Amino acid sequence: MTDQTPEPVSKYAGHPEDAKMWTARVRKGVVGALPPDKMLPDRQPAYVASWIYVFGMATITSMIVVIATGCILALKGPQWWHESGFGHFINSLHLWSVELFFFAMVIHLWGKFFMAAWRGNRSLTWITGVVTFLASIVTGFTGYLSQTNFDSQWISTQAKDGINATGGGAFFNVLNFGQMLMWHITLMPIALVVLVGLHVLMVRHRGVVPPLPAKGETIPEMTAEVPS
Amino acid sequence: MSSKPRKFKVDRDAIPYKGPYTRYDLLKEGAIALVVVSLLTVLLAVLFSSPDEHALTIKDWSTASPQDFIATAATELNGTSFVAGYGPPYNNVQGSVQKIGPVKLPNILGVTIPINTADDFVLNPLRSQPGPAELRQALATYTAASPTQQKTWADNYVNSASTTDANGNVTYNVKLVKGQVVMPPGNYGPVATIMQGETQIARSGALDQALITGNGFYTTDYTKASLFLADGGWFAGVGDAQHLTGSQWGMMNETGSYPGQAWLWLYTMFYQVPPYNTSWGANADVLVWLTMVILTAILALVPFIPGLRSIPRWVRIYRLIWREHYRENDVAA
Repeated sequence: MTDQTPEPVSKYAGHPEDAKMWTARVRKGVVGALPPDKMLPDRQPAYVASWIYVFGMATITSMIVVIATGCILALKGPQWWHESGFGHFINSLHLWSVELFFFAMVIHLWGKFFMAAWRGNRSLTWITGVVTFLASIVTGFTGYLSQTNFDSQWISTQAKDGINATGGGAFFNVLNFGQMLMWHITLMPIALVVLVGLHVLMVRHRGVVPPLPAKGETIPEMTAEVPS
Repeated sequence: MSSKPRKFKVDRDAIPYKGPYTRYDLLKEGAIALVVVSLLTVLLAVLFSSPDEHALTIKDWSTASPQDFIATAATELNGTSFVAGYGPPYNNVQGSVQKIGPVKLPNILGVTIPINTADDFVLNPLRSQPGPAELRQALATYTAASPTQQKTWADNYVNSASTTDANGNVTYNVKLVKGQVVMPPGNYGPVATIMQGETQIARSGALDQALITGNGFYTTDYTKASLFLADGGWFAGVGDAQHLTGSQWGMMNETGSYPGQAWLWLYTMFYQVPPYNTSWGANADVLVWLTMVILTAILALVPFIPGLRSIPRWVRIYRLIWREHYRENDVAA
């Protein structure tokens, strides 16, 4: 048995015979793109010194509160909060954390716009942010349709006309409570967590976008080869 | 992947940072943010709670406004209600299907949620309930009659139950007296008895159940009940009183004084302004959606759109965000 005891990864790191191993290749790529000091940094550029940077973290922490309060509501089912004072309070926490989530996200989005944060090969980070914003809107919308109260009735009967006019009503029936609830508590949260995860990993990989050139700063000539 | 050298573009490229770094505790910042957001959430929830107006039922409707219910149910029977003339995904009627130019997007996937308002909202619910022999006979007579005869009876009933003037004001001629539907004299055939039965099962709550239990004991689909409810004027009146209609920025509002889905402000705004609410009104929904799809695509693709991606540099808000950096790095021109 002693001969088969796994050896530390580092012992074989870079071994030529590992080059075709899926696991080794993925590990090499991941560690190369996101080494520990990028993944969990304890230093940041000195220019990261504005309150605007708080709103990215505020968005993520609001989402954590949204998911946590949503999980509590899920424990007792979609109608519990109508019958229980405590349930109603949890629903209020869910509502207001959603409002804070969107508030922080919109500030974050406009902050990044005015920093032109897509510069330096960060365009995909910007795009995942916009897609996350859209996915958040769908998540919030399906949440409003899952309240099992007059707001759900009203919003669904109003919204059906817009969605049906695009043809989307053929497969996304806002009047079907079960379908909307499942989108709200499974499909969209999964999509959001994946999108936010990708977005954050991209930020960590590329780093926080540097400032636009200062007055009199020399603009570099890009003589190096860059992807076309 | 081919490569080629290119010049530095200030709105697309970033100068690699060579300056100093400061200590930054990512996890500590996250923990503090989580505590602050949690406390703020609790504070807002304690101060403002959340709205919860109970859902409305067809029983509520037929009790609060029986004339509107009866008149609406009659239009479901004769096929002149909003839903009866809706088009895909509910039926194949084309009159009100919205289009972009010549393209009617709802027709691509067609009818996926078939609704026959006469059968689904009136006749089948009545057939599913126990009722007096007179009602059984009326249903049998109506079913056995030719479509032309059925339409004549139902049209007569609809035209007598209520009238609408040029300003859209509705006058009801139908009355409910001690639980009995009273209509002006006319040739309604079995429809008068059918509508009496429909009103009775509505006021008892049985119609609510019949509309949602079409697929058996368990259900999570409220499509039929919601469509029927929304066809009536009473439901719209409740929404109007809560300032929730489309012309009242309804899509983003919710009951009470709550922020609602404020993030839908741009989508909702288009419904309030010309030409969407005037010359484009017949196709407003699909044109608002098209506009939003285009604007969203532009937002997502800002990094690649010359001019738009230069806006941050022109408005110079970045100078405020990075003011300390520029204080130390600006070089006299």
